[in-house]
Amino acid sequence: MKLTENQLLDAYKHMRDIREFEERLHVENTTGDISGFIHLYSGEEAVAVGVCENLTNKDYITSTHRGHGHCIAKGCDIHAMMAEIFGKDEGLCRGKGGSMHIADLNKGMLGANGIVGGGPPLAIGAALTAKTLKTGGIGLSFTGDGGSNHGLTFEAMNMAVVLQLPVVFIFENNGFGEGTGCDYAVGSKDIAGRAAGFGMPAEKVDGTDFFAVYEAAKKAIERAREGKGPSVIEAITNRFYSHFEGDPGLVRSKEEIEYIREHKDPLKIFRQKVKGQVSEEKLDQIDKESQSLIDDAVKKARAAKNPEVSQLYTDVYVSY
Amino acid sequence: MSKKSYRNAIKEAIEFEMRRDPTVVVIGEDVRGGHGAKNTEENKLEGFGGVLGVTKGLWTEFGSERVIDTPITESAIIGMTAGAAATGLRPIADLMFMDFFGVCYDMLYNQAAKFRYMFGGKAKAPMVVRGMIGAGFSAAAQHSQSPYHIFTSTPGLKVVVPSSPYDAKGLLTQSIRDDDPVVFCEHKLLYDITGEVPDEDYTIPFGVANYTRQGTDVTIIALSLMVHRANEVADKLATEGISVEVVDPRTISPLDEEGILESVASTGRVVIVDESAARCGFAHDVAALIAQKGFYALKAPIELVTPPHTPVPFSNVLEQAWLPSAERIEIAVRKVLEV
Ligand SMILES: Cc1ncc(C[n+]2csc(CCOP(=O)(O)OP(=O)(O)O)c2C)c(N)n1
Repeated sequence: MKLTENQLLDAYKHMRDIREFEERLHVENTTGDISGFIHLYSGEEAVAVGVCENLTNKDYITSTHRGHGHCIAKGCDIHAMMAEIFGKDEGLCRGKGGSMHIADLNKGMLGANGIVGGGPPLAIGAALTAKTLKTGGIGLSFTGDGGSNHGLTFEAMNMAVVLQLPVVFIFENNGFGEGTGCDYAVGSKDIAGRAAGFGMPAEKVDGTDFFAVYEAAKKAIERAREGKGPSVIEAITNRFYSHFEGDPGLVRSKEEIEYIREHKDPLKIFRQKVKGQVSEEKLDQIDKESQSLIDDAVKKARAAKNPEVSQLYTDVYVSY
Repeated sequence: MSKKSYRNAIKEAIEFEMRRDPTVVVIGEDVRGGHGAKNTEENKLEGFGGVLGVTKGLWTEFGSERVIDTPITESAIIGMTAGAAATGLRPIADLMFMDFFGVCYDMLYNQAAKFRYMFGGKAKAPMVVRGMIGAGFSAAAQHSQSPYHIFTSTPGLKVVVPSSPYDAKGLLTQSIRDDDPVVFCEHKLLYDITGEVPDEDYTIPFGVANYTRQGTDVTIIALSLMVHRANEVADKLATEGISVEVVDPRTISPLDEEGILESVASTGRVVIVDESAARCGFAHDVAALIAQKGFYALKAPIELVTPPHTPVPFSNVLEQAWLPSAERIEIAVRKVLEV
């Protein structure tokens, strides 16, 4: 399967936007103008984008506490995302959700999630809707290696098989859940193999390689769309930063991180792979565009209005 | 005595009890913190000890047999804790953010809390579940709640909500020695406050309120972070000659009914400040108690100061407006004084 130049540029643009967004948040976070927890996705871009390039707005994804990359890959508005992280009224969730809860249902983004394991059960719900209403869409969850151990995740996988739901479970294995290594916390070292035990196809891919993720996701997503049931993909990847911004980050040495940045960077790998097919100038141009897009988003987010205190009482199911 | 932080007071209680009693173990995600740093029994590299560093140092002293890092599997953590408690250990489970009780509540609510009664007194569950509560950190709706009212409404659970380093150490020591399941709620905004804490171990009995301010005109009843806000208001109003008593029950199950009613009897005016919930929360429970048993002492209707009945918002301005403030408490005090 060969991607057109436009498809390749589109994928690169999404990955570059995520990278710029995250690198910039890393810097902005030190200014003290962003409050709350920030979990960065840098280093994992090929997973979100490799998967989401196969999806449309009819398909719903669920995400994690490390959700910015999934949001951008799913097409959420970057200005509104940035404003949300700054807690502003123009934010995607009007400042009520923040980094860990960004959602845009019009784009099929069912929310980042502060609860590990919260996503997979919601994704099978979206899959149930798609199946019942015959929308042609699917449900898809992004979960970490840490979340792969969670009871909620196991229950969702089993249910998906029992009900033959159009859903794909993506496990982003970046080696850690907070400060605990998956070599310690995952009993069966092979997350995909364990998932296969629930009775569905499960594949392990190189999560630093956009093309590997893209192809595996395409297969799984098509299978779901054709009514053939759920599947699992375990993508092996790396996060460049600590668990959250400001954590002591003891889990890896500087050298390990330098090595990852040099040899496991999905953007560098992508550029090498498309040599001869896409010109360097076009990719450089995207780099520049991303940079100014994020600059602009930060500027506007800073200048944006805070929500009115009266909004405290809006958007609850029950009000008094 | 020396000054210690709330964080260190908590750690000291655990540390002392682990030294004293070999059946005390700590169980939770990242309680050791930094397995990824390749810390082994041999090299003893210290991890960060939980997200906010409360259990830092325990693993290097007690090793992996007693400071147990777990996968992210709350139901299994609390279930294992309950099973171990019923069979001879005194485990302390770390739920990290108390909000996560939602994914494992059955193990507390239908299992641990019911063992003793349901098995006709033949079992006990001497366990502690520690967790962070509280807003003010912009941690948004799923990491900022104070669900202690939900634990309190479950028969069989004891619920502790300390407001000072001194109380934290004494109450946690008591919790670990107690034979019932205890839910121990630590406010994340209090970890860095300091106060006098004895170097040796001591316990504070459950069900004994602490009067953090003595006064004659109004009683404020508050827990945790709200005690500090109430004290602030009491100190401010004292300069105007208004005498405010602040009662911190410290444990809400059991609740020091007498201590509360005594204060109400002497002042006749009550403000209850509570971060847990605008409906069916701690404030409503205490208000009902006073209406039932202290009604004739009242000179004015009881005032409640709580957050609105909404999830906790992320945005700093909204979150600050959500949390009961000293200003709102002061307004409530002036209101009960007007009658
Ligand atoms: C139910 C629940 N338990 C614990 C946490 C705290 N927590 C947040 S992220 C995280 C680690 C998740 O690791 P993983 O799933 O591997 O995702 P990664 O951070 O590596 O992307 C933990 C333990 C939580 N948010 N929810």
